[in-house]
Amino acid sequence: MKKTFAMENLDCANCAAKMEKNILKIDGVRSATVSFFAQKLVLEGDDARWDEIVKEACKAVSRVDADCKVIAK
Amino acid sequence: MKLTKSQKRTLGRILLSAGLLILVSLLRWIGILPDVWYILLPCHLVAYLPVAWQVILKAARNVAHGQIFDENFLMLIATVGAFVIAEYPEAVFVMLFYQVGELFESIAVGKSRRSIAALMDIRPDEARVERNGEEVILSPDEVQIGDTLIVRPGEKIALDGIVLAGSSNLDTRSLTGEALPRSVGVGDEAISGCINISGLLRLRVIKPYGESTVAKILELVESSSLVKSKAENAVTKFAHWYTPLVVIGALLLAIIPSLITGEWQRWLHTALIFLVVSCPCALVISVPLSYFGGLGCASRHGILVKGANHLEALANADTVVFDKTGTLTRGSFEVVRITPVSGDEGTLLAVAASAEQASNHPIAESLKHAYSTRSAHPLPQADGIEELAGYGVRAVIDGSTVLVGSAKLMEREGISYIAEPDVGTAIYVCLNGAFLGSILISDRIKKNARETIDVLHACGVRRAVMLTGDREDAARAVARDLSLDGYAAELLPADKVERLEALLKDKNGTLVFVGDGVNDAPAMARADLGIAMGALGSDAAIEAADIVLMDDDLKKLSTAIDISRYTRRIVHQNIVFAIGIKVLFLFFSIFNMTNMWAATFADVGVAVLAILNAMRTLKK
Repeated sequence: MKKTFAMENLDCANCAAKMEKNILKIDGVRSATVSFFAQKLVLEGDDARWDEIVKEACKAVSRVDADCKVIAK
Repeated sequence: MKLTKSQKRTLGRILLSAGLLILVSLLRWIGILPDVWYILLPCHLVAYLPVAWQVILKAARNVAHGQIFDENFLMLIATVGAFVIAEYPEAVFVMLFYQVGELFESIAVGKSRRSIAALMDIRPDEARVERNGEEVILSPDEVQIGDTLIVRPGEKIALDGIVLAGSSNLDTRSLTGEALPRSVGVGDEAISGCINISGLLRLRVIKPYGESTVAKILELVESSSLVKSKAENAVTKFAHWYTPLVVIGALLLAIIPSLITGEWQRWLHTALIFLVVSCPCALVISVPLSYFGGLGCASRHGILVKGANHLEALANADTVVFDKTGTLTRGSFEVVRITPVSGDEGTLLAVAASAEQASNHPIAESLKHAYSTRSAHPLPQADGIEELAGYGVRAVIDGSTVLVGSAKLMEREGISYIAEPDVGTAIYVCLNGAFLGSILISDRIKKNARETIDVLHACGVRRAVMLTGDREDAARAVARDLSLDGYAAELLPADKVERLEALLKDKNGTLVFVGDGVNDAPAMARADLGIAMGALGSDAAIEAADIVLMDDDLKKLSTAIDISRYTRRIVHQNIVFAIGIKVLFLFFSIFNMTNMWAATFADVGVAVLAILNAMRTLKK
C-alpha cells in the first residue's frame, strides 16, 4: 500500500531527512519520502502491517521534532 | 510581505532580545554596570532567554528522545559555553543571530512555496452545469460524463469536454506557458485548466474530474517535489557526518591543546567557534530549495518535471534522441511547393483539389486545405470521379479529362512529366494528356527545430540523433536540414529500443529521448530520461514521460535544459560556497584568527546568502 500524508509544522530540512531515515528502519516499510517543501510524507509498506507502520511512522516523526505531526487521514 | 503568526512571534522575540542586549551593552559602556560576573551574567541572561527559551525546550525534548546532534542542542552548548568563559554578549549574539537565520529561512521557504502554489493556480473550484434545463453550480467532483458544462468568458474550464455550441479563444498560459490563445469551435476538444477568454461555451463533459487534464497535472506537480535529486541525498549524507565530526573536533580542541598548554580559556573559545559553525543548515536547505525553485520555474514555462532527479539528469544531457514525426516535424502533410509548367499556381491547385474533392485520403485533405487557404479561383465542378487505387484519381472537369496522382500514374498513362526533385510526396496533374505541373506535399520541419538543435549542440550535447519509422529518404532529408549527428530510418518500435540500447552503451552523460509519448513509450521508458512533447490533452504522454512539455514547441526543450543547467550551477555554487566558508572559519578558529561574532556572522550569513541564491532559480 502506498499513501501520501500531509504534515504540519515540519520546519527544518535536516529534520525531514532524519525522519525519513528513521521511518525507513520500521519493519515492513518499502519506501518513505519526507518532503520538507511539500510538507508531505509518502509511505509505502506491507498491507498486513499497514496500521502499525503508520502508527510507528507518526512516532518516528514526533521523536525527531515533537511539534511536527503527520495528519493521518 | 506577510508573516505568519509564529514568524511574527519569533520576530518579536528577536527584537526584544536585541534591544535588551544593546541596552545592557550601553549601560556597561557608560559605566553604570560594574564589570563583575554576578551582575553581568544575570543581565545578559535576561537578554538571552527570549531567543533561547524555545531552543532550550526543543533541545531538552530531543535529547530525551535520543536525538543528540541537532542544531538546537549545538547552539545551546555553544552559548552556555560562552557564558561559562564569561563571553556574555557573544552568547546572546550567537543565539540571537541563529534565530534571525531561522526566521529568514522560514520566510524564504514560505515565499517559495507560495509562489509555486500561485503558479499552479489552475485548480477549478466549481463547475457550471446544465441539469434539467437549469444552470447549477457543482463541485467539479460531482460532474458526470455527458453533463453539459457551461463556461462563461473569464471562467476556468473545470473538466475536459467537447464543444457543443459556441466558439471562443482559450488562455492556456497556466498550462503551457504559451501566451498565444488557442481558438476552439464546435466539435473541438476544450481542455480543463484553460481560461475561456471571449465567447460563451457549452461543452459535453468527456472525462470525470479525476481523469481530467487539470487534475492529472496538479497531481504530477504536487508529487514532483517528493522525488529527490542525487545532490540532495548527497548533502543529507554530508550533513549526517559533518555535524558529529565537528562536535568531536570541538571536544578534542577543548581538551588536548589545553592539557598541553594549560590555556583553557583560549581553546574553549576555539571549540565554541567550532560549534557555532557546526550547523550544516545552509546546505541542507539551499540545495532542495534550488531544485524546488527550478521545478517551479519549469512549470511556469509549461514544462512539467516529475522530480528533482530528472531536472538534475537533464543538466547532464549527452545524447538527445528524437522521434521524427510530430517531434522534429509537424506530423501533418502540407503542400510545400506548387510547380506549374505554365500559368499560375492557383489554377493548378484548383484543378487538383477539384479532382480530389471526394476523397478523404490525407494527401487529398492537404490539397483541399491548401486550396481553401491559397487559391482565389472558384473550385471547378468535377464529374465522373474515379479512384485509381494506388495511382490517383481520374475526373472530368469542364469536359476535359484530368489525371491527378503519382509518377506511376503518369508513366502508366504514357504522359511525359517533369519529376519533382525533392523529398516528399509528389502529385502530378495532367489535363487531356498534357502535363500541367506538380505539387509537392510533405511533412514540414517545425519552425524552431533547427534553432533548438543548434542550441543543444552549443550547450554541450554531444549527439543529437533521430530514430524514425519513416522512409529512408524522408529521414535523410530531415537529418540533413537539421544537421543531426545521426539517424536511423524504417524502424519498428522494437528496433527503436534496440538502437537506443546501442546508444546507451556509448554515452558520457544522460541519454534523453524526446517523442510524442504515444507510440514511443518503450523507447521513452528505456532511455535515462523521457521527454514527451505536445502533451496537453494526451494522458498517455503524461504517464510515460519523466518531463512533459505541454505544447509541441521544440523551443521548450532548450528552455528545459537551460533551467536544469542554471539550477545545477546554483546548487554547485552553494555547495562550494557554504562548505568553503565553514572550512575557512574552522581553520581561522584553530589559529585564533577569528572570534565568535565573526563566526556567527559567517554561519548565518552563509545560510542567508545560499537561500537567496537558491531562490534565484524560481525567477529564471
